[in-house]
Amino acid sequence: MSALLEVRDVSKRFGGIVANRGISLSVEEGSIVGLIGPNGSGKTTLFNSIVGTHPIDEGSIHFGGQEISNRRVPEIARLGLVRTYQQTRIFRQMSCLENMLVSVPEGDAPLRRMMAAPADDDHARADELLAFVGLASKRDLPAGSLSFGQQKLLEFAMALMNEPRMLLLDEPTAGINPTLINGLIDRLKRARDRLGITLFVIEHNMRVVMNLAEHIYCLAHGELLADGPPQEVQNDPRVLAAYLGGH
Amino acid sequence: MILVRKVLPLALLALAVTAPFLLPAFRVELTMLWIMIVLALSWDILGGQMGYNSFGNIVFFGIGVYTATIVQIGLFHDVGEYTAAAGMQTLSFTPTQYFIGLFVGLAAAPLVAAAAAFVLGRALLGLRGHYFAIATLGLGIAAGELAAGWAYIGGSSGVQVPVYPGSLESGRLLLYFLSAGLGVATFAALRRLYATRFGLVLNAIRDDEDKAEALGLRTTRYKTIAWCIAATFLGLAGGIMGHIIGFIDPREVAFAGASYGVWMVLMAILGGKGTLWGPVIGATLFYAMRNLLWTYLFGWQNVAMGLLVVAVVVFFPIGILGWLKRRHPQIFLRGAPATREAP
Repeated sequence: MSALLEVRDVSKRFGGIVANRGISLSVEEGSIVGLIGPNGSGKTTLFNSIVGTHPIDEGSIHFGGQEISNRRVPEIARLGLVRTYQQTRIFRQMSCLENMLVSVPEGDAPLRRMMAAPADDDHARADELLAFVGLASKRDLPAGSLSFGQQKLLEFAMALMNEPRMLLLDEPTAGINPTLINGLIDRLKRARDRLGITLFVIEHNMRVVMNLAEHIYCLAHGELLADGPPQEVQNDPRVLAAYLGGH
Repeated sequence: MILVRKVLPLALLALAVTAPFLLPAFRVELTMLWIMIVLALSWDILGGQMGYNSFGNIVFFGIGVYTATIVQIGLFHDVGEYTAAAGMQTLSFTPTQYFIGLFVGLAAAPLVAAAAAFVLGRALLGLRGHYFAIATLGLGIAAGELAAGWAYIGGSSGVQVPVYPGSLESGRLLLYFLSAGLGVATFAALRRLYATRFGLVLNAIRDDEDKAEALGLRTTRYKTIAWCIAATFLGLAGGIMGHIIGFIDPREVAFAGASYGVWMVLMAILGGKGTLWGPVIGATLFYAMRNLLWTYLFGWQNVAMGLLVVAVVVFFPIGILGWLKRRHPQIFLRGAPATREAP
């Protein structure tokens, strides 16, 4: 198995509602994979299952060859599997720079590093990444004062600061000004090309996902409906039916 | 800015050193003020910086009060025999014995308090927000009742603290400088702490703990250490407090949840929680006000105090520095990267 992320037969129920049923998919190291599906099809639930927000009912999830379905969120994050949120989550009262500095990978967190000021290297990297997402001028402002789109960019920069092997992005372009979207697509691709970070992206904007992803999975009603290269999935009658409400 | 950053702290330090000589009549009150500052500062570690409202910090203070005195007595005398005599036995210490006991006691107090914080932290810091606050609410009362029921440490009749061997004047000066030293040390230590990665993580936990976990931070470890640090300062403050009062009552002095326990929260909020100077300013203002109420409204002082608590929390929850920050944010902007400091 050369896949970085391997999801096998994962099911998740909330009471009587089946949010995910027998989902299997895999994401190759260094690829960009999209996850699409109508609202309520179980995309975010699947993300939550992968990063350990809640236990799964059936199946297994492997990351880098290790079983992670029984591990907790921070442990999984330390393995290098990091997610961003659909409703952006940043540290509102802290400055953008501080948001970046606190996102430095935790490692073993020895006491002497805990009790030291952030290293100069970390400052330099934080500034570099803030510039990368175009927020250099906002460096010292409280993150909560940024616009929603800027907060999304900050959250993306924080995720990069965390030096993940793989990023799970939940609707990275939702709420972002259309003119900024092209820039974001470009930055996502560069993050993969330059930093080698594997991307797994939930996205509603078809133009974005068709431009970005090399392989797409489509969910509907909690089940895997189709998968394949973007063009193929886009023209799949089952996918069209799911989006247009046909059965 | 240079005036505020450099000159003001030095002037305050000079004032702190000369105050007991300039105002000899207020020496005990000034000593108490330093203890109040330490209480407010250490409450703010969790309450302000980390966003965890703890109503149980008085436990570590009380543990400090008892530990310092019991250790001091126990080094040279039989504690059980002394407490069983309920004040009928007078202890005699040579000055050397007294001072050895004083400092060993004051060294033990923060250690025992921090150990207690570690154990309680393990049990309670998995809870969040209001649940943590509620869980800590009963701690002070429970500890007070336990102490009152433990005959070895004097039970409900309390313990008489060993008497200082020198003159009253020198004894009071010693206590003043112990408290002032602790106050300044606490401030300096927290100022340093808040500039570290640890300080950043505390703020991150306050703003969004789930996000902090999603970034891989070991939040429980940080939270537990934070409580242990708070308990260290509280334990020391308690150890000194026993000597200031001279007599330990389990509910009124050591585990005094209704007075010191509530005050430390109020002082931090009044000054502005989550800031470094806020608790200092809040404690000073509050303690001055408290003494005025006790002098001019005696008989109604607790009513006035209760109204004050309500008024501050309802009308002024952001505190003095919080208000200042809102009006003049540029003062609080953090300057050069390497010198991040909490306002």
